[in-house]
Amino acid sequence: MSEHVHRDDFGARLGMWLFLVTEIVLFGGLFIGYSYMRYKYPIEFHHGGAELNATLGVINTVVLLTSSLTVVLAIVAIQRAEKKRAMAFLGTTLALGLTFLVIKSFEWAAKFHHGLYPNAPHLATLPPGEQVFFGLYFTMTGLHGLHVIVGLTILTVMLWWVATDRVRQDRYIHLENSGLYWHLVDVIWIFLLPLFYLAA
Amino acid sequence: MTTHAATAQPSYLVDTGKRKGLLAWLTTTDHKRIGVLYLFSMISFFLVAMGVGFVMRLVQLTTFQKLITAQTYNALFTLHGVIMIFLFVIPGLPAVFGNFFLPILIGAKDVAFPRLNLTSWYFFMAGAILAVLSLFTGGGAPDTGWSFYAPFSLKTGTNVSLAVFAAFVLGFSSMLTGINFITTIHRLRAPGMKWFRMPLMCWALYSTSWIQLLATPIVAITLVLVILERFFGIGIFDPAKGGDPLLYQHLFWIYSHPAVYIMILPAMGAITEIIPTFAKRTIFGYKAIAFSSMAIAGVGSLVWAHHMFTSGMSNLAIMLFSLLTMIVAVPSAIKVFNWVGTLYKGSIDFQPPLLFALTFIFLFAIGGLTGVMQGALAINVHIHDTYFIVGHFHYVMFGGTGMGFFAALLYWFPKMFGKMYSKKAIYASWFPMFIGFNLLYFGMLILGMMGMPRRYYVHLPQFHTMHVVATVGSWLLVLGLLMFFGALLYALFKGPKAEDNPWGGVTLEWTLTSPPIQENFETIPTITHGPYQFEQESQ
Repeated sequence: MSEHVHRDDFGARLGMWLFLVTEIVLFGGLFIGYSYMRYKYPIEFHHGGAELNATLGVINTVVLLTSSLTVVLAIVAIQRAEKKRAMAFLGTTLALGLTFLVIKSFEWAAKFHHGLYPNAPHLATLPPGEQVFFGLYFTMTGLHGLHVIVGLTILTVMLWWVATDRVRQDRYIHLENSGLYWHLVDVIWIFLLPLFYLAA
Repeated sequence: MTTHAATAQPSYLVDTGKRKGLLAWLTTTDHKRIGVLYLFSMISFFLVAMGVGFVMRLVQLTTFQKLITAQTYNALFTLHGVIMIFLFVIPGLPAVFGNFFLPILIGAKDVAFPRLNLTSWYFFMAGAILAVLSLFTGGGAPDTGWSFYAPFSLKTGTNVSLAVFAAFVLGFSSMLTGINFITTIHRLRAPGMKWFRMPLMCWALYSTSWIQLLATPIVAITLVLVILERFFGIGIFDPAKGGDPLLYQHLFWIYSHPAVYIMILPAMGAITEIIPTFAKRTIFGYKAIAFSSMAIAGVGSLVWAHHMFTSGMSNLAIMLFSLLTMIVAVPSAIKVFNWVGTLYKGSIDFQPPLLFALTFIFLFAIGGLTGVMQGALAINVHIHDTYFIVGHFHYVMFGGTGMGFFAALLYWFPKMFGKMYSKKAIYASWFPMFIGFNLLYFGMLILGMMGMPRRYYVHLPQFHTMHVVATVGSWLLVLGLLMFFGALLYALFKGPKAEDNPWGGVTLEWTLTSPPIQENFETIPTITHGPYQFEQESQ
C-alpha cells in the first residue's frame, strides 16, 4: 500500500484558529462572570483593584507584548532560512515568558502575605464583593498563567524542532501555529490588565 | 468506478500494517476504525446506563418501602444522566457515524487531522474511566444529578470533583472532534463537491461542530470553577462569599441547552439521508433543511434560560427567553415538513431503517410539542421539575437522538461491517421497544401533569398506578433493546454478506464496497450533481 502523504498548511492553520476560538470562549465564560459581579459590586471591585500593583501589571504587559514580537521575528527568520537567528528570537521569547511568570509569582506571593487569598481568615472579614474580586483574580490570572506555562512548553519544543530542522524554511506551520497560540495568551492578558489592575 | 479494481484492495477491517489485532485498532488513525471504536464503547456505556434506568424504575414499583437507600437512588439518577448524556447522546452520532461517513460522503480519504481524531477517542475513554472512578473513590458516587447545580454540588461530600473533571475531559474530546469536522468539510471536499452538493448529513454535522466549538468551552470553565470552588473556596458561586448560584445555572445552560442541539442535529441529518433513499426520490427542500440546521444552531444558542423560569430571574428575561424558545421550534418543524414532503408521492421501499426513521419523526414530534408547552410561561411554572420534564426530554433524547442513532445504525450497518442483519428480528424488536417506550415516557408525562416531582425517591399513593404502568413499559423497552442489539450482534458474526448497495442509495458511500477499502476511494470521485439524484427522476 502506498503511503498517502497529505499536507495542508491552510487546513492546519484553520484548525488552529478554530481552537483559539474555543480558548476565547473558555475565557469568555469568566468574563461574563466578571461583568456580572462587577455590575453587582462596583465599589468593592474598586477597592479590590486598589490592592493590586498596577506598576507590576503594566511591566508584565510590556514583557508579554515584546515576547509576542520576538515570536513573530522568529517566524520571519525561519521564512528567510536564518536558523540561528530564529533560535535566538525563540530563546528571547522563552526568557520573556519566564520573566512574566516570575513577576506574577512575586505578585501572588505578596497577596498571600497580606492574607488576600480564597479561604484566608483576613479575606473573610472583607465585604463579600471583595472576596469575589479576589476569587476571580486568582482564577483568571491563574488560568492565564497556566496558558503561559503551556505556551512556554510548546515554544520549547519548537526551539528543539528548529534546532533539529523539523521546522525549516519550507515547513514552518507548527511554529506559526505555536506563535498564534502565544498571541492568544498575550491578547487575553491585555484584557485582564484593565479589568483587574486598572479597576481602581 | 470499476468494482473489480476496488475489491482488489483489502477492506479497512483487515490489518495490513506492522501491528495486528487489538493493538492495530488502538493505534489506528483510520476514521472508519475510530468510528467503530466509538460505536462499541458507546453501546457498552448505553447498556450500563440502561441497566441503571431499569433499576430506578424498579424502585418506583413501591411507594415507600424500597429496594435501595435514598442515597443510592440519588447516585443512580446522577449516574444514569451522566453516562447517557456525556457518553452516549452528546457524542453519539457525530463520533460514530460522523467519523465513519463524513469523509466518505464528501469524497475524502480521511478527516483533516487523523491523529487528533484518535486523540479525541482517548480523551473520550479517559473521561469515561474518570467518571467510573468517581463512583468508587473519594466520598462515594456523586448525588447531584447530571447538572451539578451549585450550591449543592459545592457542599455535598460525594466525589463531585472527579465526576466534573470527567465531564471536562469529555468536553475536550467533543471540541477536538468539532474542530476536525469543520476543517474536514472546509478543506477536503472532492472536486465538484460544492457546499450545496453535500449530502445533508454533512450540513447537520457542520452545524453541530460549530455548536461543539462555541458552547463546550463555557461548560468546561464552569466545571473548572466548581472544582476550584470545592478545593480552594474561590466563592464565585457561593452566596456566603458574595457569589451567586444563579450564575452557575446561566453558565451551565449556556452550554447545556445548545448541547441538546448537538444531540439532535446529527440525528436529523441521518434521518435526512435515510428518507430519500427509501422514498426513491430527491429530498424535498434541500436548502431549507441545510439552512434550518444552521438556524437551529444559531437560535438554539439563545434559549438557555428557559431551564430557569422559576429561578428568580427578571420577568423581562423570562419573557424574552420564552419567545426565543418558541422561535426555535420553527426550523425543527421545517425539517419535519420536508421529510413528510419527501415521502409524499415517493415510491416507498419499506425497510427497517425507514421504520426507525418514521419512529423518530413520530416520537420527536411528541417531544418537540411538549417542549413548546414548556416554553409557555404559565404551563412551565406548573410542570417545572416534575416527571413531565423527564418524559419530555426522553421523548426528545431517546425518541429523537436514540431512535435516530438506531435508524442510522440499521441504515449503515451493512456498509460498515459488510454483513446483513435479519430484518424480521429487527421488526420483532421494534414492537416491544415502541410500545414500552410510550408506556414509560407518556406515563411520565401524565405523572408530571398530576404533579409528581422528578428525582423523588418515594411517591404518594395517588401516583402509584401510573408508576406501575411506566415500570412495566420499561420492561418492554429493555426487552426490545436487548432483542435489537442481539440481532445486530448475531449479524456481525453470523450474518450473510451484505451487498455493496443494499438499499439502492445514491450518495457516495454506496459506490464503495461493503466494507469500504482502507482509504475509501480508489480514485477521488469528481462530483457533477446534487446528492440525491435517483435514476427515474434524472431521465
